[in-house]
Amino acid sequence: MDEPSQVPGVIASPAALDAIHELVREVGPVMFFQSGGCCDGSLPICFNDGEFVVSDHDVLLGRVGQCPFYIDHRQYEAWKHTQLILDVGEGDPEGFSLGAGKDKHFIIRSRVFGNDEVPSI
Amino acid sequence: MTLTEEPTTATSAASPEVFIAPGRPGSLVQVKPRYDNFIGGEWIAPVKGQYMANVSPVNGQPFCEVARSTAEDVELALDAAHAAKDAWGESSLADRAAVLNAIADAIEANLEMLAVAETWENGKPVRETLAADLPLAVDHFRYFAGATRSLEGRSTEIDKDTVAYHFHEPLGVVGQIIPFNFPLLMAAWKIAPALAAGNCTVLKPASPTPWSILKLAEVIQDVVPPGVVNIVTGPGGEIGKALASSPRIAKIGFTGETTTGRLIMQYAAQNLIPSTVELGGKSPNIFFADVMDQDDEYLDKAIEGLVLYAFNKGEVCTCPSRALIQESIYDRFMERCLARIAAIRQGNPLDPSTMIGPQVSVQQMEKIASYVEIGSQEGATCLIGGKRAHLGGELEGGYYYEPTVLKGHNAMRVFQEEIFGPVLAVTTFTDEADAVRLANDTLYGLGAGVWTRNGNLAYRMGRAIKAGRVWTNCYHLYPAGAAFGGYKISGVGRENHQMMLEHYSQTKNLLVSYGTKPLGFF
Repeated sequence: MDEPSQVPGVIASPAALDAIHELVREVGPVMFFQSGGCCDGSLPICFNDGEFVVSDHDVLLGRVGQCPFYIDHRQYEAWKHTQLILDVGEGDPEGFSLGAGKDKHFIIRSRVFGNDEVPSI
Repeated sequence: MTLTEEPTTATSAASPEVFIAPGRPGSLVQVKPRYDNFIGGEWIAPVKGQYMANVSPVNGQPFCEVARSTAEDVELALDAAHAAKDAWGESSLADRAAVLNAIADAIEANLEMLAVAETWENGKPVRETLAADLPLAVDHFRYFAGATRSLEGRSTEIDKDTVAYHFHEPLGVVGQIIPFNFPLLMAAWKIAPALAAGNCTVLKPASPTPWSILKLAEVIQDVVPPGVVNIVTGPGGEIGKALASSPRIAKIGFTGETTTGRLIMQYAAQNLIPSTVELGGKSPNIFFADVMDQDDEYLDKAIEGLVLYAFNKGEVCTCPSRALIQESIYDRFMERCLARIAAIRQGNPLDPSTMIGPQVSVQQMEKIASYVEIGSQEGATCLIGGKRAHLGGELEGGYYYEPTVLKGHNAMRVFQEEIFGPVLAVTTFTDEADAVRLANDTLYGLGAGVWTRNGNLAYRMGRAIKAGRVWTNCYHLYPAGAAFGGYKISGVGRENHQMMLEHYSQTKNLLVSYGTKPLGFF
């Protein structure tokens, strides 16, 4: 039986990578934290790097455009069968997140891992 | 969300007229082209002179501009609040209650106007704003007017000559960040206890819904002393942060998602101030087999109880978005529920016969669509709905999503994460123990519903579910006086109850000796 292939827990679309590149140029390094709960829950929240204090229990899901992408360890357990794909959506961010360019915000799309895939985190 | 359990009957045959959209000829609601911040009882232009378009989700069209404020504007609001805090904090309980009652009266006198404004702002059906959001907001101010009159300190006789007096003292100036799902009611939930306890507040409404609360300010500006309530609109990342991290606030209240909730608590920790955070949930709604023992009014109520996931288009922190149905009745019960869901009237929320309107924003609508896509990948079965609704005409540009039901299992992400839309995830359980296990198999613990004709079972379930509110044979009732708040990662603190007066107060202890004898140590 083949070894399952290691795939990143989070990847970014070309549009998201462009937006991160622009954002970093404008405001310096940034970080992402996957949110949950009501209102803007389920959205990735983008902060200036270091704005949000990460705990020892948060999971570093991966890096997107060299920026760290974290998720709460409890939420990771519930989400770990899916790969997160950082992308860009229409409209300004509605909460505390930095935007992804003019009238754009970061969003998450998801893909359920195949049986032959395991996330590398 | 109804005030009482009396059903709000939808007038069917002779439908009342559709309300005219705000700003249009004949509308109850006047709209100015541009709104400034409400600071110190006046309308103050943003320091940097920037404004942002405010869009109605009903048609996706901008209808006014509001201030795109910056940190400087937050400072102005804090200046006004600090200038007002001593006089307000020292006002008598009778005077405070009078102001809260006057706010309630002013809202009530403008109830239809504010209900139509709220519907245009958020997209929620006017039948909900008329029957729930606005009446509940009115009642909330009256409840806290009453609560403040009954506020009593305590004294303890430590010994014959020594007395410990405990006084409630206001915190001073508080910051409050309001969500987009109930812009006016959540403002009432936050403003009323803060004012009742003698504090001044600086509020930031949610970015998608900044306007209806400014209409509220127009209605109450003559009855609230200047500087006691201040409202600053703008992007969360800029002014939300400026407010929440300000060393000039004594408490921060926030309703929203978990990451910002943590950030708010982080800022509060850095300033050594308290915070209240309400962060949502994934509330189970549990139906035991005996609900179908008879085909009666109660069964009808239980069916409606399931369909309440579509209330406010699912944009509710306590949305009963996870239905757990005992397997022995699943087919029969769901058949009845799906028929009721199929009868939901979706359309212009200004039409009093409309039951579901648009999602609050294009961002939210697309998030819902992405979740339904995940559910499909995970193997969930779509029983009804599952796509964006195109309503044509002027509504074509609005953000409508069909009421949707996905059948699956509790480990799926659509069962584990708040979708914040009209999407119900449904599964079955075998027995009481299985129901408890599934109900608690979630990161969240804000709300839950239990439906059974067996009072003993209902009680055991209510106590076994790890959630702050367990509706028993009802759902989506939010009366003032019933404490509301989360277990687990759904948040910290409670709202909607007189205990809030404690949360918005400091305790001052005067420890007084009436004796004259020295201690004798020195």
